[in-house]
Amino acid sequence: MENKDIWVLAEQRNGKIMNVAYEILGAARRLADKKKCEVCAVLVGDKVRDLSDSLIHHGADKVYVVESPLVKDYTTDAYTNILEQVIKNFKPEVFLYGATTIGRDLAPRVASRVHTGLTADCTGLDIDEDGLLLQTRPAFGGNLMATIKCPDYRPQMSTVRPGVMEKLAPDAKRKGEVIDFDAKLDDKDLRTQVVKMVKAAKQVVNLEEAQVIVSGGRGLKTPDGFELIKQLADELGGVVGASRAAVDSGWISSDHQVGQTGKTVRPELYVACGISGAIQHLAGMSGSRTIVAINKDPNAAIFKVADYAIVGDLYKVIPVLIEQIKSEKEENSAS
Amino acid sequence: MNIVVLIKQVPDTNEVRIDPKTKTLIRKGVPSIINPEDKNAVEQALTLKQKYGGEVNVVTMGPPQADVALREALAMGADKGFLITDRFFGGADTYATAKTLSTTIKTVFPDFDLVLCGRQAIDGDTAQVGPQTAEQLGVPQVTYAKEVEVSGNKLTVTREVEDGYEVIELTTPALLTVVKDANQPRYPSISGIFDAYEVDVKKITNDDLKLVREELGLKGSPTKVVATTTPDTQRKGEVFTGNPKECCGNLIDRLNQRHLI
Repeated sequence: MENKDIWVLAEQRNGKIMNVAYEILGAARRLADKKKCEVCAVLVGDKVRDLSDSLIHHGADKVYVVESPLVKDYTTDAYTNILEQVIKNFKPEVFLYGATTIGRDLAPRVASRVHTGLTADCTGLDIDEDGLLLQTRPAFGGNLMATIKCPDYRPQMSTVRPGVMEKLAPDAKRKGEVIDFDAKLDDKDLRTQVVKMVKAAKQVVNLEEAQVIVSGGRGLKTPDGFELIKQLADELGGVVGASRAAVDSGWISSDHQVGQTGKTVRPELYVACGISGAIQHLAGMSGSRTIVAINKDPNAAIFKVADYAIVGDLYKVIPVLIEQIKSEKEENSAS
Repeated sequence: MNIVVLIKQVPDTNEVRIDPKTKTLIRKGVPSIINPEDKNAVEQALTLKQKYGGEVNVVTMGPPQADVALREALAMGADKGFLITDRFFGGADTYATAKTLSTTIKTVFPDFDLVLCGRQAIDGDTAQVGPQTAEQLGVPQVTYAKEVEVSGNKLTVTREVEDGYEVIELTTPALLTVVKDANQPRYPSISGIFDAYEVDVKKITNDDLKLVREELGLKGSPTKVVATTTPDTQRKGEVFTGNPKECCGNLIDRLNQRHLI
């Protein structure tokens, strides 16, 4: 059998397909249409077969299902052993993973096991004139974009940044094949055991799915500045983000971090307050639909990516902005 | 415990700038630092040594000047430093780097209990070298490790995930990659800094590892960088200056036009 098709790991947790799995299916579909090959998804878990249809609706031609009580929860060893068997059996041309805590744990392990290349956290994927996968990713804190190829080893593997690729609109009429794959798994080969999984009690910051994000940076000067950021975010119906400088200063937890080392976001509205616009930060938010920047330095790099810029002291500007939004909303609701 | 900590010297990417004319990285004047999460790994190793005894060996692969990074880790309290340096190692991707690191560990520390690394390095942000080294060593791994407890040869590790954490049990030998939230790396003491320069850092070249050239550096790297570009994110924005009331009024007008309020 030859290397031909484009494969994705359809990552699921607790019987729910991760959003990034649909995103990489969308990317895989686009690449496969260009390469004229099929999209295959690998679905691993305990009693997960029912999820196959939705993978087909989102672009998969074939879904290979590996079911076992041994893979109820993700473990590095079990998944690596399964994917090693899948790769040796089916010889994928390309294999994509979501760059999640699972994908980034698993993919390098698999790459070493089968001796192939792996490109981390890709934000762009394409096929070149020779049919090779072009993998684009930020490097040096987002200061550079590097395009990477894996010419001599197969599969060509990438992890793909969540929130970057577009998923297809689900099409319930799409047809595909669901195939059971009987991977050999032995309890004794699984050297780690998940004894507990705890959802953090802390409020989960869902930056990736927020429509409005108000972020604060070094220009806040004190951790208390985030209270003002929060008020503005509340007024706009959004969530609070932060630059790496603010997180590194210990003013806010890293869950809020937007940028190359934080989350990639593309909300409808992004408001950057006291953020200078290091490329590291821009790498995570420049895809936002509308960008507003408030900064007292008229030469701040953030203004170059902003649709609307206010040059001024954020501690003077934001309170006024909050008041005006309040009265604007009252007017709108009255009219 | 016999602990090996893998560290990397990186440019401080907060300080990296792009030359607007040549569109290349300006490295001049950019300080070299120990990758921040590798310091968390060193701290974790020192804590484990304090609790359970043993030895902390710090290993880095890089050019001769990476010696400075080892000295800093020694000043924090590590026992021995090892610099893997050879011109044949240059240009390695994560696969080839892991090959060199794992071969070093097998050769120099055959009886290791634990290998610790930072979660990822700030120059590449790949987080791949840890797991790839673990695979080539044939030992289990836990990535995103925040807390580590030891009982005999059993490890209990708290692993940070997107929406919470997992508790994972495994036995040594093993490899863990440590996150920033794991601890606060200690500062070297003054005497630690002096002592660090008394220690003999051992150099490791390919004469010690005896890897074939095809497995090293650029040649041994499955991935090839074919192009680098600078991201173009510029927008032609509207700038409001002056009185905050007017500025905000203008902004709200525009946001209203875009149906954002």
